Amino acid sequence: MAGNRAQKRYTKSVILLMASYVLILIGVVMHARNSPLHGPLGYVAGVLPALPVIGVFFVLGRYLVEEQDEYLRVQVTRQALVATGFALSIATAWGFLENFGLVPHVYAYYAAILWFAGLGVGRCFNKLAAMRGGGE
Amino acid sequence: MINRLRVLRAERAWSQQDLAERLDVSRQSVNAIETGRYDPSLPLAFRIADLFGLTIEEIFTNPNRKD
Repeated sequence: MAGNRAQKRYTKSVILLMASYVLILIGVVMHARNSPLHGPLGYVAGVLPALPVIGVFFVLGRYLVEEQDEYLRVQVTRQALVATGFALSIATAWGFLENFGLVPHVYAYYAAILWFAGLGVGRCFNKLAAMRGGGE
Repeated sequence: MINRLRVLRAERAWSQQDLAERLDVSRQSVNAIETGRYDPSLPLAFRIADLFGLTIEEIFTNPNRKD
């Protein structure tokens, strides 16, 4: 695993969180098929798959605190800001379109999926900035 | 910001990786500073100056000064 200590810790945490996400999601979906979720325990079970995803947001924040290389910190901060703008822009536009009955309803957790896709867009921004200034 | 980092590094026959290790930063950071894509913070600028035994002004050019 390449990278400095903060990068390695971030990567390891994301892998663990994504693995737990898959396991939790499969478990909750299988349970819900057998007996639909209801009551307080239903809410707890229903929110469980969200926790590892929320954990990814936390470990990104922790990475930004732990990263000692200021240039890398700026790069990841820009990437996250682009991802946030990307996800919020599409979610906002979709919300209005949905309001006027022009597009179908989508679950709110798609905002997180858009944000993860936005990280890829942010990476492209970083690459373009690097190319504009002479490459790396 | 214009700087003499590449020249100073070349005078010592250091690669970007060598300089990065001496400064405890990534090679990408050294490259970004050398090419003027990233202006280092004051603490990092002092570390660079200390490493070469120079002042910050002897390495980095003030972009607002016209002389």
